Amino acid sequence: MNYTEKLQNVTVLGAAGKMGSGILLLTALEMADLSLKPENKGKLFILNAMDTSSDGLKGLMKYLKTQVLKAAEKKVIALRQVYHDRADLIDNSEIIDQYVEDVLFIVRPTTNIEAAYESNVIFEAIKEDPALKVKIFNQINQNNKKSPWFCTNTSSIPISLLDTDANLDGRVLGVHFYNPPAVQKLVEIIQTKATNPELVEFVNMLSKNLRKVLVPSNDFAGFIGNGHFMRDALHGINEVEKLATNHSFAESVYMINRITQDFLIRPMGIFQLIDYVGIDVCQYIMSVMNPYLPDENLHSNLLDQMLALNVRGGQNSDGSQKDGFLQYEKGRVSAIYDINKKSYVPIADIQAACDEKLGVLPASYQPWKAVVGNKNKEEVFKTYFNELKTHDSFGAEIARNYARRSKEIGIKLVLDNVAYNENDVNTVLLTGFFHAYGPINDYL
Amino acid sequence: MIAGYNTISMGTGRKEFSPKKPRPDLEDYFKEAGQGVLKQIGGAQNVDEAVIGNFIGARFNRQGNMAGFVPYIDEGLRYKPATRVEGACGTGALALVSGIKSVLAETADVVLVLGIEVQNTVKAIYGADILAAAGWAKERKEGHAYFFPGKFSDRSKAYAAQFDKEKTRSAMAKWFENAIDNARTCPTAQEYHNTTKDLIACGMNAPNPKGFVDSLNIFDCSKVSDGASAIAVVSEEGLKRCGFAKKDAIEIIGFGQAEEDITKPPVDPTVLSTTKEAVRQALASAGITKDQIGTVECHDCFTIAGIMATEAIGFAEHGKGTDFVLAGNTARNGKVPFNTTGGLIGWGHPTGATGVHQAVTIWEQLTNKAGDSQITIHPDRPYGLSINMGGDDKTLVSIVYKKAE
Repeated sequence: MNYTEKLQNVTVLGAAGKMGSGILLLTALEMADLSLKPENKGKLFILNAMDTSSDGLKGLMKYLKTQVLKAAEKKVIALRQVYHDRADLIDNSEIIDQYVEDVLFIVRPTTNIEAAYESNVIFEAIKEDPALKVKIFNQINQNNKKSPWFCTNTSSIPISLLDTDANLDGRVLGVHFYNPPAVQKLVEIIQTKATNPELVEFVNMLSKNLRKVLVPSNDFAGFIGNGHFMRDALHGINEVEKLATNHSFAESVYMINRITQDFLIRPMGIFQLIDYVGIDVCQYIMSVMNPYLPDENLHSNLLDQMLALNVRGGQNSDGSQKDGFLQYEKGRVSAIYDINKKSYVPIADIQAACDEKLGVLPASYQPWKAVVGNKNKEEVFKTYFNELKTHDSFGAEIARNYARRSKEIGIKLVLDNVAYNENDVNTVLLTGFFHAYGPINDYL
Repeated sequence: MIAGYNTISMGTGRKEFSPKKPRPDLEDYFKEAGQGVLKQIGGAQNVDEAVIGNFIGARFNRQGNMAGFVPYIDEGLRYKPATRVEGACGTGALALVSGIKSVLAETADVVLVLGIEVQNTVKAIYGADILAAAGWAKERKEGHAYFFPGKFSDRSKAYAAQFDKEKTRSAMAKWFENAIDNARTCPTAQEYHNTTKDLIACGMNAPNPKGFVDSLNIFDCSKVSDGASAIAVVSEEGLKRCGFAKKDAIEIIGFGQAEEDITKPPVDPTVLSTTKEAVRQALASAGITKDQIGTVECHDCFTIAGIMATEAIGFAEHGKGTDFVLAGNTARNGKVPFNTTGGLIGWGHPTGATGVHQAVTIWEQLTNKAGDSQITIHPDRPYGLSINMGGDDKTLVSIVYKKAE
C-alpha cells in the first residue's frame, strides 16, 4: 500500500453535508500537506467534493476556506518550514494565504458522480440509506478500473451488508467520524472478516495523521457509538413518558433533559443531544438498527409523533441549531415543545416549579465545563456520585437510575461483542460524545 | 513633568474586552489621553507643541500622519506644531525625549507628549508580522512565526544554558507573579481583573515549541494592548503657566539615549548591552548612582528582559539577576520596586504608548498619586528610573526623575 499514491485521487461523496464537509476538510488538509513535501513536488493531488446540491457545494467551499484559514493560522510555525524555500513568502500572512490557496487548489467541487471513477479512495457520507449506498458503491465500483477503496461513514449499517451487496470484495471499511469531524477526536473503525488489511492500514495511518482516536468496533448495526446513544436516548424518552403521567409533557422533557445534563454532569441534556443529531436522524438510525436486534425493540413512538408534527431538530447549514424537543435562541434553550399543545412553552414558565420538584444538586456538584478538563476529575466524580448515591431528591433518584442504565448499555455492548472491551466503550463516550467520564464505572 | 494620564490598557485580560465586539479606536484614545492632560494643565491654550509617539498605526490601523490628530484632541491645538516620532516599542520615550529637548532648547515651555497604539485590530499571528518591523526586515524570513517572542526566547535559552536553567525559569515565574500583583492594584491595568491564585504555577509552565517558542511560555510575554498615555513636559515657566505646584511635578534629572545597529545580532544574547549603555548615560547625566534609585519602570516585554534589566542597571552581576528577582528585591515591597503598576506584562504594552506610560507611573509614584499602587519612596532613594526599549535592545532611552523641589 502506497499511502501517498492512494491519496493522489480521492472523492468524498455527500461532501456538502454535515459529516461530508468535515471529512472533506480533514482529507484536503492531509492531501495538501503531502503535496507540499519535497518528494511529492510535481505530483498532482485531486480531491473531488461530490454532492448532488450545487448550492450545498457553494456553501461547502465557503466553509472550507474559513476552516483552512483557521487551520493554517494554527500551524503557521510548521508552515514557515514547509515554505522555507519560497523566498517570496515572508510574513505569516503571506504563508497562510499561500497554504489556503494550495489546499483549495486540490479540491474540485462537482455534482457528477463520474468524478469518482478515477479515484483510489472514496469517502462516503451520504444519507443513511443502505439501498442508496449499495447502489452508488456498485456504480462506482463497476466504472472505476482502479479497484477503489470505500470508506463509509455509516453510523449504523453493517459493513458486511454493503460489502456483499455492492460486490466490493472486502474493499470497504467503516470509518465513522463524529460530528463535527474536524473537532471530534473519535473515529470508530469497523472492519469485517473480508476487509482488505491494506485498507485498514491506510485508514490507520490517515487517522493517526489527523490526530484522531481510533476505536475498533465489531460489525454490528449501530456499532458502539449509536449502540449506546440510541438506547440511552430511548431510556430518556421512556422516563419522559413515565413522568408525563403526572406532569405536562414540556415539564417532563425539561426535567429529564436537566437531569441528564446537570445531575449526570454531561455536556448537554439528552433531548438537546437528540435535537443536535436530528430527531429524524435518530429515528432513522433506530430503524436501521432495529431489524438486527431480535431481543429488543429499538423504536420510539414519540419520535414518530414529533416527526409527524414536523418537529425535526438538526442543524441549519450555518451550524446553528434547529428547533426540536427544545427551542433555541442564540444557541441557548429558550422553550420546550409540548406535544399535546403542539407549541413551545417558554422555559421561564415551567423552570422554577420543575427545579423545585427535582431538588437541589449534591453539594460537590460542578458543571461539566468546569470538570471536563480537570486532571483530578476521577476524584471529583467519586465524591460527587458518592453524594448522589444517598441524595434524597427526586432528580437524584432518576439520575441514579439513568447512570445505571447507561452503564448497563455499555456492558451489554461488550457482552454482545459489539465492543472489544469496556475501555473502548468508555473511550467512545469520552471522545465522541465529549462525556467527562465513561458510562462503565464504579461511581454508583 | 506634570499631569500624566493613562487610558485603560485594553486587550485580553480585561473583562470588557471581546475581539468580536466594538471597542475604542485610535480617535477615542487620542481624545481621552490628550484631554486627560489638557484638563489638568488649564486647557489647550497652555500648550506650545505636541509630540505623538506611535509605532505602527500605518499597519494596525491603516493610519499614518498621526500628528494630524493633535488638533482633533482639542480645537485649541489647531495650528500648533506637532511631530510624530517612531522607534518601535521605544517610541514613547523617544517622544518624551523629543519634548524634553524642545524644553531644553527653550523653543517650548509646555509640550504635550502622547503615546498611542491600537493593536487588537488583527489576530496575534498577524500582529506578529506587524511587530516584526521592530527588527531588521531582512531577518524576517528566517525568523520565528512569533518574531519577537522568538528573539527573546533565544536570549532566554542562552541565559538558561549559561547560568542555571531551573533558576532562570523560577525567576521568570517570579517576575510574572510580581507583574500581576502590581497590575491588580491599578484599575487601568490590563491584568487588573486577574484572579488566578497560583501565579507561580502559571509562570512555571514548560514552554511549548510546537505551539509557540522554545523557551518562553505565554505568561513570559507582554500583552497585546490598545491604549494611550500622555503627560506634559514643562519648563519652570511652563509649570507656572499651567498653575501647577512643584510638589505635583517631577523633575527630569538626566537621561540617556543609545542606538545599536539593527542589522547586527546581539554581541552577547545574555546581556542587554544597549540598555546598559543608556542607563549608564542616564545615571551619569543625573549625577547619581544606582543605589539612589527608589523605583524602576523597565521594559519587560518578556520576563527574561526584566531579569536582564536588573543586571543592565547594575543591581545584579551578570547571571545573578535571577537571584536578585527571586530574593524579592523587585517586588512592590522589595528593595527597589520595579514596574509598580504591572509593567508591560501586567499593565500592558500598547507599544507606542509604553515609554509614556512609564513616565506617568513614575510621576504618580513620586508625587504620591498612585492610589492603590502607591509604594513608599524612601528619602535616601528619591529617584525614579525608566528604561524604554525599541526592538531587540536597539533603540534605548533611559530617564532619571525626581520629585520637583
